[in-house]
Amino acid sequence: MNGPNITWYLGVAGFLFGVGALGVLLRRNPLIVLLSLEIMLNGANLALITFSRHLDNGDGQIFALAVMAVAASEVVVGLGMVVALNRKRVPLDVDRLSSLRG
Amino acid sequence: MIVASVGNVLVWAVWILAAFACLGSGVAVVSFSNPFYSALALIGNLGSLAVLYLLLSAEFVAAAQVLVYAGAVMVMFLFVIAYVDPRLESPWAGGPGWQAIGAVLAAAALLVEIIVVIGLNAGGNLAHSHDVGGSFGSPSYIGRLFLTDHLLAFEITSIVLLVAAIGGVILGSHSRRSEAGVEPL
Repeated sequence: MNGPNITWYLGVAGFLFGVGALGVLLRRNPLIVLLSLEIMLNGANLALITFSRHLDNGDGQIFALAVMAVAASEVVVGLGMVVALNRKRVPLDVDRLSSLRG
Repeated sequence: MIVASVGNVLVWAVWILAAFACLGSGVAVVSFSNPFYSALALIGNLGSLAVLYLLLSAEFVAAAQVLVYAGAVMVMFLFVIAYVDPRLESPWAGGPGWQAIGAVLAAAALLVEIIVVIGLNAGGNLAHSHDVGGSFGSPSYIGRLFLTDHLLAFEITSIVLLVAAIGGVILGSHSRRSEAGVEPL
């Protein structure tokens, strides 16, 4: 395998997951929380594809594609909720969204 | 021999560019105060991740990443951000200071945990990867796996996407009653 060995790729994947977790915990705007969730999912995807290459086994890539489909579904539902909140004139702040009653 | 070492240097150079673009744009997504800039940084993040996937000989996943993520999903994100017209907020604004410190500590703890677990469980045999065949990661390879070994996962993924689409339609459609503002949140 040319170039860096897979430890470097795993380091990038772990760092991406950590940055995404920081965004989810720190930011208050639900749009940026969703974007940070995407970063976390992509960190996990990078780890899956890295191990798929390492073990010469395609199952990791299949799992990564399934994760991408789940991420797309999550974005659809999350953005739908953001639009619904905006229509009700609710401020976009996760700390103030403490009740689920519509 | 010379050709092999030139290839090695080239792969290292591409890897360093892609990895630093990936990490930098990831930090940028979290630290921009304007969500629009965050979404643009995430597009850069997804593009550089696709380069890393190509280096790992996952061609089909890299193409799907660019088409599905950087194309479709992020366009929807940008439309919604333009629609709701969000206010700007600094990453450290709002809430008491101990919340921000706790968030940083929790994220750092997660990162350390990931590194320790991977190092303890797989640290010994990460240095030498298997060699892969030329068709590894090509569309036909992925398609064969999807339609033989992972047929159930394939079908369930389509159901998940269908349910999400129906949920998006239900969340997005407005009823007359809530439009008139009869039921406040």
